[in-house]
Amino acid sequence: MILQTKGIGKSFGSVLALREVSMSVEAGQVTCVLGDNGAGKSTLIKILAGVHQHDAGSLLVDGAETRLSSPRDALDRGIATVYQDLAMIPLMSVWRNFFLGSEPRKGLGFDVRQARRVARDELRAMGIDVRDVDQPVGTLSGGERQSVAIARAVYFGARVLILDEPTSALGVKQAGVVLRYIARARDRGLGVVFITHNPHHAYPVGDRFLLLNRGSSLGEYAKADITRERLTSLMAGEAELEELAHELEPE
Amino acid sequence: MTAATGRADERVADVGLLRRLLIRPELGAVVGAIVVFSFFAGQSAVFRSLDGIANWLDPAATLGIMAVAVALLMIGGEFDLSAGVMTGTSGLILVTLATEYGLNVWAAMTVGLVVALAVGLLNGLIVTRTRLPSFIVTLGTFLMLQGVNLGVTKLLTGTVQVGGLRSASGYDSAHTLFAGTIQIGGSSFRVAILWWLLVTAAATWVLMRSRQGNWIFAVGGDERAARAVGVPAARTKIALFMTTAFAAWLVGSILALRYTSVQANVGIGQEFIYIIAAVIGGCLLTGGYGSAIGAAIGAVIFGMADKGIVFLGWDADWFKFFLGAMLLLATLANRLVRRYAEEVRH
Repeated sequence: MILQTKGIGKSFGSVLALREVSMSVEAGQVTCVLGDNGAGKSTLIKILAGVHQHDAGSLLVDGAETRLSSPRDALDRGIATVYQDLAMIPLMSVWRNFFLGSEPRKGLGFDVRQARRVARDELRAMGIDVRDVDQPVGTLSGGERQSVAIARAVYFGARVLILDEPTSALGVKQAGVVLRYIARARDRGLGVVFITHNPHHAYPVGDRFLLLNRGSSLGEYAKADITRERLTSLMAGEAELEELAHELEPE
Repeated sequence: MTAATGRADERVADVGLLRRLLIRPELGAVVGAIVVFSFFAGQSAVFRSLDGIANWLDPAATLGIMAVAVALLMIGGEFDLSAGVMTGTSGLILVTLATEYGLNVWAAMTVGLVVALAVGLLNGLIVTRTRLPSFIVTLGTFLMLQGVNLGVTKLLTGTVQVGGLRSASGYDSAHTLFAGTIQIGGSSFRVAILWWLLVTAAATWVLMRSRQGNWIFAVGGDERAARAVGVPAARTKIALFMTTAFAAWLVGSILALRYTSVQANVGIGQEFIYIIAAVIGGCLLTGGYGSAIGAAIGAVIFGMADKGIVFLGWDADWFKFFLGAMLLLATLANRLVRRYAEEVRH
Protein backbone atom coordinates (compact mmCIF):
# COMPACT_ATOMS: atom_id res chain seq x y z
CA MET A 1 0.00 0.00 0.00
CA ILE A 2 1.79 3.13 -1.17
CA LEU A 3 -0.82 5.70 -0.27
CA GLN A 4 -3.76 5.46 2.09
CA THR A 5 -6.22 7.81 3.75
CA LYS A 6 -8.19 6.97 6.88
CA GLY A 7 -11.25 9.07 7.65
CA ILE A 8 -9.60 12.11 6.12
CA GLY A 9 -11.38 15.49 6.22
CA LYS A 10 -10.90 19.11 5.30
CA SER A 11 -12.90 22.23 5.96
CA PHE A 12 -12.58 25.74 4.57
CA GLY A 13 -13.99 28.08 7.18
CA SER A 14 -17.49 26.81 7.88
CA VAL A 15 -17.63 24.69 4.71
CA LEU A 16 -16.91 20.98 5.20
CA ALA A 17 -15.38 20.19 1.82
CA LEU A 18 -14.45 16.61 2.70
CA ARG A 19 -15.58 14.30 5.53
CA GLU A 20 -14.41 10.84 6.65
CA VAL A 21 -12.96 9.62 3.36
CA SER A 22 -10.90 6.42 3.32
CA MET A 23 -9.15 5.10 0.25
CA SER A 24 -6.03 3.23 -0.76
CA VAL A 25 -3.62 3.12 -3.68
CA GLU A 26 -1.47 0.09 -4.49
CA ALA A 27 1.43 -0.27 -6.87
CA GLY A 28 0.38 -1.51 -10.31
CA GLN A 29 -3.28 -0.71 -9.65
CA VAL A 30 -5.65 2.04 -10.65
CA THR A 31 -7.86 3.62 -7.97
CA CYS A 32 -10.67 5.60 -9.53
CA VAL A 33 -12.23 8.51 -7.64
CA LEU A 34 -15.72 9.18 -8.95
CA GLY A 35 -18.11 11.94 -8.10
CA ASP A 36 -20.22 14.71 -9.51
CA ASN A 37 -19.13 18.34 -9.51
CA GLY A 38 -18.74 19.55 -5.94
CA ALA A 39 -18.40 16.03 -4.55
CA GLY A 40 -15.00 16.80 -3.02
CA LYS A 41 -12.81 15.17 -5.66
CA SER A 42 -10.65 18.25 -6.07
CA THR A 43 -10.20 18.73 -2.34
CA LEU A 44 -9.18 15.09 -1.93
CA ILE A 45 -6.56 15.15 -4.65
CA LYS A 46 -5.21 18.50 -3.49
CA ILE A 47 -4.58 16.89 -0.09
CA LEU A 48 -2.88 13.91 -1.76
CA ALA A 49 -0.83 16.32 -3.92
CA GLY A 50 0.31 18.45 -0.99
CA VAL A 51 -1.57 21.59 -2.09
CA HIS A 52 -3.92 21.51 0.93
CA GLN A 53 -3.28 19.96 4.34
CA HIS A 54 -5.98 17.72 5.88
CA ASP A 55 -7.42 18.74 9.23
CA ALA A 56 -9.04 15.44 10.24
CA GLY A 57 -8.17 11.76 9.86
CA SER A 58 -4.80 10.52 8.69
CA LEU A 59 -2.76 10.26 5.50
CA LEU A 60 -0.34 7.34 5.22
CA VAL A 61 2.54 7.12 2.76
CA ASP A 62 4.15 3.66 2.74
CA GLY A 63 2.22 2.93 5.93
CA ALA A 64 3.66 5.87 7.88
CA GLU A 65 1.46 8.77 8.93
CA THR A 66 2.43 11.91 7.03
CA ARG A 67 1.48 15.51 6.35
CA LEU A 68 2.44 16.71 2.91
CA SER A 69 3.64 20.27 3.34
CA SER A 70 3.81 21.30 -0.33
CA PRO A 71 3.55 19.95 -3.89
CA ARG A 72 7.35 19.67 -3.84
CA ASP A 73 7.16 17.54 -0.68
CA ALA A 74 4.65 15.24 -2.39
CA LEU A 75 6.86 15.01 -5.48
CA ASP A 76 9.89 14.14 -3.37
CA ARG A 77 7.90 11.22 -1.93
CA GLY A 78 7.06 10.03 -5.44
CA ILE A 79 3.53 11.40 -5.62
CA ALA A 80 3.05 13.25 -8.91
CA THR A 81 -0.10 15.05 -9.94
CA VAL A 82 -1.24 15.84 -13.46
CA TYR A 83 -3.88 18.55 -13.42
CA GLN A 84 -6.53 18.84 -16.06
CA ASP A 85 -5.97 22.45 -16.98
CA LEU A 86 -2.62 23.36 -15.52
CA ALA A 87 -0.48 20.49 -16.65
CA MET A 88 1.57 22.42 -19.21
CA ILE A 89 2.70 25.88 -20.19
CA PRO A 90 1.37 26.51 -23.71
CA LEU A 91 4.04 28.89 -24.98
CA MET A 92 6.95 26.66 -23.92
CA SER A 93 8.31 23.83 -26.02
CA VAL A 94 7.50 20.19 -25.29
CA TRP A 95 10.99 19.43 -23.95
CA ARG A 96 11.11 22.53 -21.74
CA ASN A 97 7.76 21.55 -20.27
CA PHE A 98 8.87 17.97 -19.86
CA PHE A 99 11.72 18.93 -17.55
CA LEU A 100 10.14 21.97 -15.92
CA GLY A 101 11.00 22.09 -12.23
CA SER A 102 13.44 19.15 -12.51
CA GLU A 103 15.89 20.31 -15.15
CA PRO A 104 18.99 18.14 -15.65
CA ARG A 105 22.13 20.07 -14.71
CA LYS A 106 25.31 20.44 -16.64
CA GLY A 107 27.80 22.49 -14.68
CA LEU A 108 25.93 25.61 -13.66
CA GLY A 109 23.42 25.33 -16.45
CA PHE A 110 20.59 23.28 -17.86
CA ASP A 111 21.68 20.35 -20.03
CA VAL A 112 19.56 21.29 -23.01
CA ARG A 113 20.81 18.61 -25.37
CA GLN A 114 20.18 15.88 -22.84
CA ALA A 115 16.72 17.28 -22.07
CA ARG A 116 15.71 17.29 -25.75
CA ARG A 117 16.96 13.76 -26.30
CA VAL A 118 15.40 12.27 -23.17
CA ALA A 119 12.05 13.98 -23.82
CA ARG A 120 11.94 12.53 -27.34
CA ASP A 121 12.97 9.04 -26.19
CA GLU A 122 10.63 8.92 -23.22
CA LEU A 123 7.63 10.03 -25.23
CA ARG A 124 8.42 7.40 -27.81
CA ALA A 125 8.76 4.75 -25.08
CA MET A 126 5.24 5.60 -23.92
CA GLY A 127 4.09 5.28 -27.52
CA ILE A 128 3.59 9.02 -27.92
CA ASP A 129 4.73 10.28 -31.29
CA VAL A 130 5.35 13.99 -30.98
CA ARG A 131 6.28 15.42 -34.35
CA ASP A 132 8.78 17.86 -32.94
CA VAL A 133 9.78 18.31 -29.28
CA ASP A 134 10.63 21.94 -30.06
CA GLN A 135 7.05 22.86 -30.85
CA PRO A 136 5.12 24.85 -28.24
CA VAL A 137 2.86 22.70 -26.09
CA GLY A 138 0.00 25.02 -27.05
CA THR A 139 0.03 23.45 -30.51
CA LEU A 140 -0.68 19.97 -29.07
CA SER A 141 -4.21 18.69 -28.59
CA GLY A 142 -5.65 18.20 -25.11
CA GLY A 143 -5.11 14.45 -25.12
CA GLU A 144 -1.54 14.84 -26.33
CA ARG A 145 -0.80 17.28 -23.54
CA GLN A 146 -2.21 14.91 -20.92
CA SER A 147 -0.10 12.12 -22.39
CA VAL A 148 3.08 14.21 -22.29
CA ALA A 149 2.34 15.09 -18.66
CA ILE A 150 1.86 11.41 -17.81
CA ALA A 151 5.10 10.44 -19.56
CA ARG A 152 6.86 13.17 -17.62
CA ALA A 153 5.59 11.93 -14.27
CA VAL A 154 6.55 8.35 -15.12
CA TYR A 155 10.05 9.41 -16.16
CA PHE A 156 10.61 11.33 -12.93
CA GLY A 157 10.13 8.19 -10.89
CA ALA A 158 6.60 8.82 -9.71
CA ARG A 159 5.31 5.88 -7.69
CA VAL A 160 1.85 7.35 -7.45
CA LEU A 161 0.32 9.22 -10.35
CA ILE A 162 -2.70 11.41 -9.61
CA LEU A 163 -4.68 12.32 -12.72
CA ASP A 164 -7.26 15.07 -12.31
CA GLU A 165 -10.07 14.52 -14.81
CA PRO A 166 -7.65 13.73 -17.64
CA THR A 167 -10.43 12.65 -19.99
CA SER A 168 -13.25 15.02 -19.18
CA ALA A 169 -12.48 17.69 -21.77
CA LEU A 170 -11.68 15.17 -24.50
CA GLY A 171 -13.54 13.58 -27.34
CA VAL A 172 -14.14 9.81 -27.41
CA LYS A 173 -11.05 8.95 -29.44
CA GLN A 174 -8.70 11.26 -27.49
CA ALA A 175 -10.04 9.89 -24.20
CA GLY A 176 -9.21 6.39 -25.40
CA VAL A 177 -5.64 7.46 -26.07
CA VAL A 178 -5.28 8.81 -22.53
CA LEU A 179 -6.84 5.68 -21.01
CA ARG A 180 -4.26 3.60 -22.87
CA TYR A 181 -1.43 5.63 -21.28
CA ILE A 182 -3.02 5.19 -17.86
CA ALA A 183 -2.94 1.42 -18.42
CA ARG A 184 0.64 1.65 -19.60
CA ALA A 185 1.69 3.60 -16.49
CA ARG A 186 -0.08 0.98 -14.35
CA ASP A 187 1.77 -1.81 -16.17
CA ARG A 188 5.04 -0.09 -15.33
CA GLY A 189 4.17 -0.58 -11.67
CA LEU A 190 2.80 2.81 -10.73
CA GLY A 191 -0.14 3.32 -8.45
CA VAL A 192 -2.61 5.50 -10.32
CA VAL A 193 -5.33 7.71 -8.85
CA PHE A 194 -7.74 8.48 -11.67
CA ILE A 195 -10.26 11.20 -10.93
CA THR A 196 -13.25 11.32 -13.23
CA HIS A 197 -17.00 11.80 -13.31
CA ASN A 198 -17.40 9.32 -16.13
CA PRO A 199 -17.93 5.72 -14.96
CA HIS A 200 -17.49 4.48 -18.53
CA HIS A 201 -13.93 5.77 -18.53
CA ALA A 202 -13.26 4.52 -15.00
CA TYR A 203 -14.63 0.98 -15.16
CA PRO A 204 -12.43 -0.57 -17.90
CA VAL A 205 -9.16 0.68 -16.40
CA GLY A 206 -9.91 0.77 -12.65
CA ASP A 207 -9.12 -1.80 -9.94
CA ARG A 208 -10.75 0.05 -7.05
CA PHE A 209 -13.49 2.66 -7.07
CA LEU A 210 -14.05 5.36 -4.49
CA LEU A 211 -17.37 7.16 -4.81
CA LEU A 212 -17.81 10.63 -3.40
CA ASN A 213 -20.98 12.61 -2.93
CA ARG A 214 -21.24 16.05 -1.35
CA GLY A 215 -17.92 15.69 0.44
CA SER A 216 -18.60 12.22 1.87
CA SER A 217 -17.62 8.75 0.78
CA LEU A 218 -20.28 6.40 -0.63
CA GLY A 219 -17.78 3.57 -0.17
CA GLU A 220 -14.68 2.10 -1.76
CA TYR A 221 -15.26 -0.97 -3.91
CA ALA A 222 -12.94 -3.52 -5.50
CA LYS A 223 -13.75 -4.26 -9.12
CA ALA A 224 -15.03 -7.75 -8.21
CA ASP A 225 -17.59 -6.24 -5.85
CA ILE A 226 -19.25 -3.85 -8.25
CA THR A 227 -20.68 -3.96 -11.76
CA ARG A 228 -20.50 -1.20 -14.30
CA GLU A 229 -24.26 -0.69 -14.03
CA ARG A 230 -24.13 -0.40 -10.24
CA LEU A 231 -21.21 2.03 -10.50
CA THR A 232 -23.06 4.16 -13.01
CA SER A 233 -26.23 4.32 -10.97
CA LEU A 234 -24.37 5.05 -7.72
CA MET A 235 -22.48 7.73 -9.51
CA ALA A 236 -25.58 9.36 -10.89
CA GLY A 237 -27.40 9.17 -7.54
CA GLU A 238 -30.09 6.47 -7.91
CA ALA A 239 -32.92 8.27 -6.20
CA GLU A 240 -32.29 11.49 -8.09
CA LEU A 241 -32.21 9.66 -11.41
CA GLU A 242 -35.48 7.86 -10.70
CA GLU A 243 -37.07 11.11 -9.76
CA LEU A 244 -35.73 12.69 -12.92
CA ALA A 245 -37.04 9.81 -15.05
CA HIS A 246 -40.41 10.28 -13.42
CA GLU A 247 -40.36 13.97 -14.14
CA LEU A 248 -39.37 13.53 -17.75
CA GLU A 249 -42.09 10.96 -18.52
CA PRO A 250 -44.76 12.20 -20.88
CA GLU A 251 -47.97 13.11 -19.07
CA MET B 1 1.52 13.42 -31.97
CA THR B 2 -0.85 10.97 -33.53
CA ALA B 3 -1.55 8.19 -31.05
CA ALA B 4 0.57 5.07 -31.01
CA THR B 5 0.12 4.22 -34.65
CA GLY B 6 2.96 6.41 -35.89
CA ARG B 7 0.86 7.31 -38.90
CA ALA B 8 0.96 11.00 -39.76
CA ASP B 9 -2.27 12.82 -39.04
CA GLU B 10 -3.72 13.86 -42.38
CA ARG B 11 -5.26 16.97 -40.85
CA VAL B 12 -1.93 18.43 -39.78
CA ALA B 13 -0.27 20.47 -42.46
CA ASP B 14 3.51 20.35 -42.68
CA VAL B 15 5.09 23.17 -40.72
CA GLY B 16 7.78 24.64 -42.91
CA LEU B 17 11.18 25.90 -41.83
CA LEU B 18 10.13 29.43 -42.76
CA ARG B 19 7.20 29.29 -40.40
CA ARG B 20 9.44 27.94 -37.66
CA LEU B 21 11.81 30.89 -38.14
CA LEU B 22 8.86 33.28 -38.14
CA ILE B 23 7.97 32.38 -34.59
CA ARG B 24 11.39 33.31 -33.24
CA PRO B 25 10.73 36.25 -30.90
CA GLU B 26 13.67 38.27 -32.25
CA LEU B 27 12.54 38.18 -35.85
CA GLY B 28 10.46 41.35 -35.79
CA ALA B 29 13.28 43.32 -34.14
CA VAL B 30 15.90 42.04 -36.62
CA VAL B 31 13.74 43.03 -39.61
CA GLY B 32 12.97 46.38 -37.98
CA ALA B 33 16.66 47.06 -37.29
CA ILE B 34 17.61 46.31 -40.91
CA VAL B 35 14.86 48.57 -42.23
CA VAL B 36 15.73 51.44 -39.89
CA PHE B 37 19.46 51.10 -40.58
CA SER B 38 18.94 51.08 -44.35
CA PHE B 39 16.67 54.10 -44.12
CA PHE B 40 19.14 56.30 -42.24
CA ALA B 41 22.33 54.87 -43.76
CA GLY B 42 20.94 55.50 -47.23
CA GLN B 43 20.52 59.19 -46.57
CA SER B 44 23.37 60.04 -44.24
CA ALA B 45 27.02 59.18 -44.82
CA VAL B 46 27.83 60.13 -41.22
CA PHE B 47 25.29 57.64 -39.96
CA ARG B 48 27.01 54.69 -41.60
CA SER B 49 30.55 55.83 -40.78
CA LEU B 50 32.43 54.30 -37.85
CA ASP B 51 32.05 57.55 -35.90
CA GLY B 52 28.35 57.52 -36.59
CA ILE B 53 27.99 53.92 -35.45
CA ALA B 54 29.87 54.70 -32.23
CA ASN B 55 27.51 57.61 -31.80
CA TRP B 56 24.25 55.70 -32.10
CA LEU B 57 25.48 52.60 -30.30
CA ASP B 58 25.97 54.70 -27.17
CA PRO B 59 22.29 55.43 -26.40
CA ALA B 60 21.52 51.90 -27.57
CA ALA B 61 23.91 50.55 -24.92
CA THR B 62 22.57 52.32 -21.83
CA LEU B 63 18.99 51.76 -22.95
CA GLY B 64 19.85 48.17 -23.95
CA ILE B 65 21.16 47.18 -20.52
CA MET B 66 17.83 48.22 -19.03
CA ALA B 67 15.74 46.79 -21.86
CA VAL B 68 17.39 43.37 -21.46
CA ALA B 69 16.74 43.29 -17.70
CA VAL B 70 13.18 44.52 -18.20
CA ALA B 71 12.70 41.86 -20.91
CA LEU B 72 13.65 39.12 -18.44
CA LEU B 73 11.19 40.55 -15.95
CA MET B 74 8.46 40.78 -18.60
CA ILE B 75 9.07 37.20 -19.73
CA GLY B 76 8.60 36.38 -16.05
CA GLY B 77 5.20 38.07 -16.28
CA GLU B 78 5.84 41.31 -14.39
CA PHE B 79 6.51 45.01 -15.00
CA ASP B 80 8.78 47.44 -13.21
CA LEU B 81 7.76 51.06 -13.60
CA SER B 82 10.34 52.12 -11.00
CA ALA B 83 13.26 50.97 -13.19
CA GLY B 84 13.81 54.36 -14.84
CA VAL B 85 13.74 56.48 -11.73
CA MET B 86 15.92 53.89 -9.99
CA THR B 87 18.77 54.75 -12.38
CA GLY B 88 18.45 58.28 -10.99
CA THR B 89 18.37 57.09 -7.38
CA SER B 90 21.56 55.03 -7.85
CA GLY B 91 23.35 57.91 -9.55
CA LEU B 92 22.24 60.41 -6.90
CA ILE B 93 23.41 58.15 -4.08
CA LEU B 94 26.78 57.71 -5.79
CA VAL B 95 27.40 61.41 -6.39
CA THR B 96 25.95 62.61 -3.07
CA LEU B 97 27.96 60.20 -0.93
CA ALA B 98 31.16 60.84 -2.88
CA THR B 99 30.89 64.63 -2.88
CA GLU B 100 28.87 65.66 0.19
CA TYR B 101 30.19 62.94 2.52
CA GLY B 102 33.64 62.36 1.04
CA LEU B 103 33.19 58.64 0.44
CA ASN B 104 35.41 56.84 -2.04
CA VAL B 105 33.60 56.42 -5.38
CA TRP B 106 33.75 52.63 -5.13
CA ALA B 107 32.31 52.66 -1.62
CA ALA B 108 29.57 55.05 -2.75
CA MET B 109 28.77 52.75 -5.68
CA THR B 110 28.52 49.80 -3.31
CA VAL B 111 26.01 51.69 -1.15
CA GLY B 112 24.06 52.56 -4.30
CA LEU B 113 24.01 48.89 -5.29
CA VAL B 114 22.77 47.78 -1.87
CA VAL B 115 19.98 50.37 -1.92
CA ALA B 116 18.95 49.45 -5.48
CA LEU B 117 18.88 45.73 -4.67
CA ALA B 118 16.86 46.48 -1.53
CA VAL B 119 14.27 48.38 -3.59
CA GLY B 120 14.17 45.49 -6.08
CA LEU B 121 13.74 43.02 -3.24
CA LEU B 122 10.93 45.13 -1.79
CA ASN B 123 9.17 45.34 -5.17
CA GLY B 124 9.46 41.58 -5.55
CA LEU B 125 8.32 40.78 -2.02
CA ILE B 126 5.26 43.03 -2.24
CA VAL B 127 4.26 41.63 -5.65
CA THR B 128 4.72 37.97 -4.69
CA ARG B 129 3.22 38.24 -1.19
CA THR B 130 0.18 40.36 -1.99
CA ARG B 131 -0.38 39.14 -5.58
CA LEU B 132 -1.17 42.74 -6.50
CA PRO B 133 -0.40 43.62 -10.12
CA SER B 134 3.25 44.67 -10.38
CA PHE B 135 2.04 47.57 -12.50
CA ILE B 136 0.45 49.14 -9.41
CA VAL B 137 3.11 48.13 -6.90
CA THR B 138 6.00 49.53 -8.94
CA LEU B 139 3.96 52.60 -9.85
CA GLY B 140 3.92 53.24 -6.11
CA THR B 141 7.67 52.67 -5.83
CA PHE B 142 8.18 54.89 -8.87
CA LEU B 143 6.35 57.81 -7.27
CA MET B 144 8.01 57.30 -3.90
CA LEU B 145 11.50 57.17 -5.39
CA GLN B 146 10.73 60.22 -7.50
CA GLY B 147 9.76 62.12 -4.36
CA VAL B 148 12.77 60.92 -2.41
CA ASN B 149 15.16 61.79 -5.24
CA LEU B 150 13.93 65.37 -5.40
CA GLY B 151 13.27 65.86 -1.70
CA VAL B 152 16.60 64.57 -0.42
CA THR B 153 18.60 66.33 -3.14
CA LYS B 154 16.94 69.66 -2.34
CA LEU B 155 17.40 69.11 1.38
CA LEU B 156 21.12 68.45 1.04
CA THR B 157 22.16 70.86 -1.70
CA GLY B 158 19.34 73.38 -1.97
CA THR B 159 19.25 72.69 -5.73
CA VAL B 160 17.85 69.90 -7.89
CA GLN B 161 21.18 68.46 -8.90
CA VAL B 162 24.36 67.10 -7.37
CA GLY B 163 27.74 67.36 -9.09
CA GLY B 164 31.49 67.54 -8.74
CA LEU B 165 32.15 63.81 -8.87
CA ARG B 166 35.39 64.36 -10.79
CA SER B 167 37.30 65.44 -7.67
CA ALA B 168 36.19 62.44 -5.56
CA SER B 169 38.72 59.75 -4.68
CA GLY B 170 38.52 56.61 -6.82
CA TYR B 171 36.85 58.54 -9.65
CA ASP B 172 39.51 57.79 -12.26
CA SER B 173 39.49 54.01 -11.92
CA ALA B 174 35.69 53.85 -11.76
CA HIS B 175 35.39 56.21 -14.72
CA THR B 176 37.72 54.06 -16.83
CA LEU B 177 35.76 50.90 -16.07
CA PHE B 178 32.23 52.28 -16.43
CA ALA B 179 32.37 55.47 -18.46
CA GLY B 180 35.61 55.28 -20.44
CA THR B 181 36.07 54.94 -24.17
CA ILE B 182 37.84 52.42 -26.39
CA GLN B 183 39.52 53.35 -29.68
CA ILE B 184 38.54 51.16 -32.61
CA GLY B 185 39.64 52.23 -36.09
CA GLY B 186 40.12 55.84 -34.99
CA SER B 187 36.66 56.20 -33.48
CA SER B 188 35.98 56.19 -29.76
CA PHE B 189 33.40 53.71 -28.61
CA ARG B 190 31.89 54.04 -25.13
CA VAL B 191 32.83 51.22 -22.76
CA ALA B 192 29.11 51.05 -21.88
CA ILE B 193 28.70 49.18 -25.18
CA LEU B 194 30.80 46.34 -23.74
CA TRP B 195 28.68 46.27 -20.59
CA TRP B 196 25.59 46.07 -22.76
CA LEU B 197 26.98 43.16 -24.79
CA LEU B 198 28.02 41.43 -21.57
CA VAL B 199 24.58 41.88 -19.99
CA THR B 200 22.86 40.66 -23.17
CA ALA B 201 25.08 37.59 -23.41
CA ALA B 202 24.60 36.74 -19.72
CA ALA B 203 20.83 37.21 -19.95
CA THR B 204 20.62 35.06 -23.07
CA TRP B 205 22.62 32.30 -21.41
CA VAL B 206 20.38 32.41 -18.35
CA LEU B 207 17.21 32.29 -20.46
CA MET B 208 18.23 29.58 -22.88
CA ARG B 209 20.74 27.47 -21.01
CA SER B 210 19.98 27.60 -17.32
CA ARG B 211 17.34 26.07 -15.09
CA GLN B 212 16.42 29.54 -13.86
CA GLY B 213 15.73 30.52 -17.47
CA ASN B 214 13.23 27.69 -17.78
CA TRP B 215 11.58 28.92 -14.58
CA ILE B 216 11.39 32.50 -15.90
CA PHE B 217 9.47 31.38 -19.00
CA ALA B 218 7.27 29.19 -16.81
CA VAL B 219 6.27 31.74 -14.15
CA GLY B 220 5.44 34.21 -16.90
CA GLY B 221 3.58 31.65 -19.01
CA ASP B 222 1.44 30.18 -16.26
CA GLU B 223 2.47 30.76 -12.68
CA ARG B 224 0.07 28.23 -11.16
CA ALA B 225 1.20 25.47 -13.50
CA ALA B 226 4.82 26.31 -12.76
CA ARG B 227 4.21 26.19 -9.03
CA ALA B 228 2.43 22.86 -9.38
CA VAL B 229 5.53 21.20 -10.86
CA GLY B 230 7.77 22.57 -8.15
CA VAL B 231 9.16 25.77 -9.68
CA PRO B 232 10.07 28.29 -6.94
CA ALA B 233 7.88 30.98 -8.50
CA ALA B 234 8.17 33.64 -5.80
CA ARG B 235 11.96 33.36 -5.61
CA THR B 236 12.24 33.55 -9.40
CA LYS B 237 10.15 36.72 -9.55
CA ILE B 238 11.99 38.37 -6.67
CA ALA B 239 15.30 37.58 -8.38
CA LEU B 240 13.97 39.20 -11.58
CA PHE B 241 13.00 42.40 -9.77
CA MET B 242 16.45 42.47 -8.20
CA THR B 243 18.06 41.92 -11.61
CA THR B 244 16.19 44.93 -12.96
CA ALA B 245 17.34 46.93 -9.92
CA PHE B 246 20.92 45.79 -10.56
CA ALA B 247 20.70 46.95 -14.17
CA ALA B 248 19.29 50.30 -13.01
CA TRP B 249 22.24 50.68 -10.64
CA LEU B 250 24.69 49.81 -13.45
CA VAL B 251 23.17 52.32 -15.86
CA GLY B 252 22.78 54.99 -13.15
CA SER B 253 26.45 54.60 -12.19
CA ILE B 254 27.60 54.68 -15.82
CA LEU B 255 25.71 57.92 -16.46
CA ALA B 256 26.79 59.54 -13.18
CA LEU B 257 30.46 58.75 -13.84
CA ARG B 258 30.15 59.99 -17.41
CA TYR B 259 28.54 63.35 -16.67
CA THR B 260 29.94 63.69 -13.08
CA SER B 261 26.62 65.24 -12.05
CA VAL B 262 23.07 63.95 -11.76
CA GLN B 263 19.77 65.79 -12.07
CA ALA B 264 17.26 64.79 -9.39
CA ASN B 265 14.59 64.10 -12.02
CA VAL B 266 16.71 61.87 -14.24
CA GLY B 267 15.24 58.60 -15.50
CA ILE B 268 11.60 59.64 -15.16
CA GLY B 269 9.65 58.44 -18.18
CA GLN B 270 12.41 56.06 -19.26
CA GLU B 271 10.60 53.04 -17.76
CA PHE B 272 8.18 53.03 -20.71
CA ILE B 273 11.03 53.22 -23.23
CA TYR B 274 12.53 50.08 -21.65
CA ILE B 275 9.21 48.27 -21.92
CA ILE B 276 8.74 49.43 -25.52
CA ALA B 277 12.23 48.21 -26.47
CA ALA B 278 11.49 44.84 -24.86
CA VAL B 279 8.17 44.58 -26.73
CA ILE B 280 9.84 45.48 -30.04
CA GLY B 281 12.30 42.72 -29.17
CA GLY B 282 9.45 40.21 -29.09
CA CYS B 283 8.32 40.18 -25.45
CA LEU B 284 4.62 39.60 -24.95
CA LEU B 285 2.96 42.04 -22.56
CA THR B 286 1.25 39.04 -21.01
CA GLY B 287 4.55 37.31 -20.19
CA GLY B 288 5.98 33.89 -20.89
CA TYR B 289 7.56 34.72 -24.22
CA GLY B 290 10.40 36.92 -25.43
CA SER B 291 14.13 37.21 -25.84
CA ALA B 292 17.06 39.10 -24.37
CA ILE B 293 18.76 39.46 -27.77
CA GLY B 294 15.49 40.82 -29.15
CA ALA B 295 15.37 43.50 -26.43
CA ALA B 296 19.00 44.41 -27.15
CA ILE B 297 18.15 44.81 -30.84
CA GLY B 298 15.07 46.79 -29.88
CA ALA B 299 17.42 49.17 -28.08
CA VAL B 300 19.60 49.41 -31.22
CA ILE B 301 16.54 50.49 -33.21
CA PHE B 302 16.01 53.22 -30.65
CA GLY B 303 19.61 54.34 -30.72
CA MET B 304 19.58 54.50 -34.52
CA ALA B 305 16.32 56.46 -34.66
CA ASP B 306 17.34 58.77 -31.83
CA LYS B 307 20.61 59.80 -33.52
CA GLY B 308 19.55 59.22 -37.12
CA ILE B 309 16.81 61.83 -36.89
CA VAL B 310 19.42 64.32 -35.69
CA PHE B 311 21.88 63.35 -38.47
CA LEU B 312 19.17 63.98 -41.07
CA GLY B 313 18.56 67.41 -39.54
CA TRP B 314 14.96 66.64 -38.62
CA ASP B 315 13.17 67.98 -35.62
CA ALA B 316 13.79 65.63 -32.68
CA ASP B 317 10.07 65.59 -31.96
CA TRP B 318 9.64 63.09 -34.76
CA PHE B 319 11.34 60.56 -32.54
CA LYS B 320 8.17 60.27 -30.46
CA PHE B 321 6.11 59.54 -33.57
CA PHE B 322 8.59 56.87 -34.57
CA LEU B 323 8.39 55.39 -31.06
CA GLY B 324 4.63 55.00 -31.23
CA ALA B 325 4.66 53.53 -34.73
CA MET B 326 7.31 50.94 -33.82
CA LEU B 327 5.40 49.93 -30.70
CA LEU B 328 2.17 49.37 -32.60
CA LEU B 329 3.87 47.36 -35.34
CA ALA B 330 5.74 45.22 -32.81
CA THR B 331 2.64 44.51 -30.76
CA LEU B 332 0.75 43.44 -33.88
CA ALA B 333 3.60 41.14 -34.91
CA ASN B 334 3.75 39.62 -31.42
CA ARG B 335 0.03 38.96 -31.45
CA LEU B 336 0.44 36.86 -34.58
CA VAL B 337 3.11 34.81 -32.81
CA ARG B 338 0.88 34.15 -29.87
CA ARG B 339 -2.01 33.21 -32.09
CA TYR B 340 0.21 30.76 -33.92
CA ALA B 341 1.29 29.12 -30.67
CA GLU B 342 -2.29 28.71 -29.58
CA GLU B 343 -4.19 28.12 -32.79
CA VAL B 344 -4.16 24.34 -32.59
CA ARG B 345 -5.33 24.20 -29.00
CA HIS B 346 -8.51 22.33 -28.25
